[in-house]
Amino acid sequence: MTHTPLPITESPLSFASRLARWWRGGDAQPAKRVQFDRPLTPWVFLLPQLAVVVIFFYWPSVQAVTSSFYIEDPFGFGSTFVGLENYTEVLSNNEYRSTAGFTLFFGIVVTALSLGFGLLLAVKADKVIRGASAYKTVLISVYAIAPPVAALIGMMLFDMHIGPFTELAALFGYDLKVGVNYRDTVFALITIAVWKQIPYNFIFFLSGLQSVPVSVREAALIDARSGWRRFVDVTLPLLAPTAFFLLIINVTYALFDTFGIIDVIVKDKPANNPITLVYKVYLDGFKGNDIGSSSAQSVILMVLVTVLTVVQFRYLERRVHYG
Amino acid sequence: MQKINPLDHLILILGALFLIAPVVLAVMSSTHSAIAIHTGGLFLLPGSDGYETYHKVLTAKGGFTGNVTGARMLMNSMIMGVGFAVGKIVLSMMAAYALVYFRFRLATLFFWIIFTTLLLPLEVRIMPSYQVMSKLHLLNTYTGLIVPLLASATGTFYFRQFFKSVPDELLEAARIDAAGPFKFFIDILVPLSRTMIAAIFIIMFVYGWNQYLWPILMTTDESFFTLMRGIKAILQVWVGSQIPDYNEAFALAVLAMIPPVLVVVIFQRMFIKGLTESDK
Repeated sequence: MTHTPLPITESPLSFASRLARWWRGGDAQPAKRVQFDRPLTPWVFLLPQLAVVVIFFYWPSVQAVTSSFYIEDPFGFGSTFVGLENYTEVLSNNEYRSTAGFTLFFGIVVTALSLGFGLLLAVKADKVIRGASAYKTVLISVYAIAPPVAALIGMMLFDMHIGPFTELAALFGYDLKVGVNYRDTVFALITIAVWKQIPYNFIFFLSGLQSVPVSVREAALIDARSGWRRFVDVTLPLLAPTAFFLLIINVTYALFDTFGIIDVIVKDKPANNPITLVYKVYLDGFKGNDIGSSSAQSVILMVLVTVLTVVQFRYLERRVHYG
Repeated sequence: MQKINPLDHLILILGALFLIAPVVLAVMSSTHSAIAIHTGGLFLLPGSDGYETYHKVLTAKGGFTGNVTGARMLMNSMIMGVGFAVGKIVLSMMAAYALVYFRFRLATLFFWIIFTTLLLPLEVRIMPSYQVMSKLHLLNTYTGLIVPLLASATGTFYFRQFFKSVPDELLEAARIDAAGPFKFFIDILVPLSRTMIAAIFIIMFVYGWNQYLWPILMTTDESFFTLMRGIKAILQVWVGSQIPDYNEAFALAVLAMIPPVLVVVIFQRMFIKGLTESDK
């Protein structure tokens, strides 16, 4: 939900003429054929949102960039300009690199698994006639559960004394130690993160599937006898736009929204535990009091997210051509 | 049509079970005593200690957080969810109205100023946001909990899309009847957006209720704790206790998930429509 794609209006105009148009306020394609033409009234409507955005978005963002060039005294006795030192330090830090490595791995696995399971369940739910709404209700109720609540329940399931998963693993002779053993903790984090995200993907895939016209389905039914072929040749290409949109959403979910899950499972004790880059920004800033480093890490993440969004833009443009 | 394939149902049932089983375990276990859970593991059937546990979690002061009750946290979560949803709808409807229905200087620039916020989630500027809030003396206030989260332009984007789809003839007719911008907004556009408002309210209520990171940063005063913040607090006490209060933790988790789950399930149709049609 945090990342809604924006429409792009590309125009061949020069920068100067575009600037002039900005100033006049005329759009290439105005949102409405008829518009109110009063100079002051729009400000009344625009001002509240603008104020919130400037104070709570631009001010902190600018602050993040500026503090990333300083080293601040932890006791608040001023700060020293150090140029790019925070960045070079962060990027050459082994701990940061291994955190980045884990984040990448975590992102890929969580995205792949939750997209895969979401798609599988949506395809099946689209097929069955009886009970489809019951499955839908079950799945959608899990969507509404917050990540930290999901993690709290997950923590109990993986608990070393009472957890069913631990008992299940013990049956196979494996000693599951979530919170102690690095690999086991990674496994628990991924399971919880995927569990929480499947319903979201399910909802979107199902609505994508149900918007496939009946005529197309019937034609496919005649042309391809095997269900798998039909799926690969007809359904999947039609789902591609939905899938790509979900890909971006899932990557951002794995990067940012899993904060609550990691915080609950790892509990401020990253000693030997896997954490993501966002969690490190939080730890270094609040627990470590290293504002310069935390800010530099924030800026690195901002660049990362911007790149992701640009990819999203490009895709959207392409989608327009598909019609 | 195709024949019913038992395999399809099997996969669906397994999937649904995998997703719902943890929730059932949490709800059922919350009605057993901590000792029962400690010795017997999690439960799939209801127990008889539910009333006491929930009564304690809701009313006992200092259970696990010092001096805040579960009822208070429930209220704070409600304020957070409703306040966020209402704030978002009011701010974004107004901004979208200005951007769609007016011709004014720098409109395109302001469009981009507002919509750039969709780029960067709050999580990437945690530390500076905290510093700004502390400078503005907004720590431990409801304003500090709610207003900064309104900075993202998701709602504005939804309403802008919706307003663009409203027929132009409406405004022409209104202008012939000499209706000004305020009258047109209140008397025509707002009533016309009822379904949209409801869908966005549901999405934003769930979003606001489920906020975790921001309440953790903004509140140290326990009387402002939300249920999500309470979950962090209960875990901090957890470490080192002989028999942890499993039942109370489960009860807290259940309290934290019931309202958003109910809202989403009851308004399912509207919710899915709002989510899938405006988010693409």
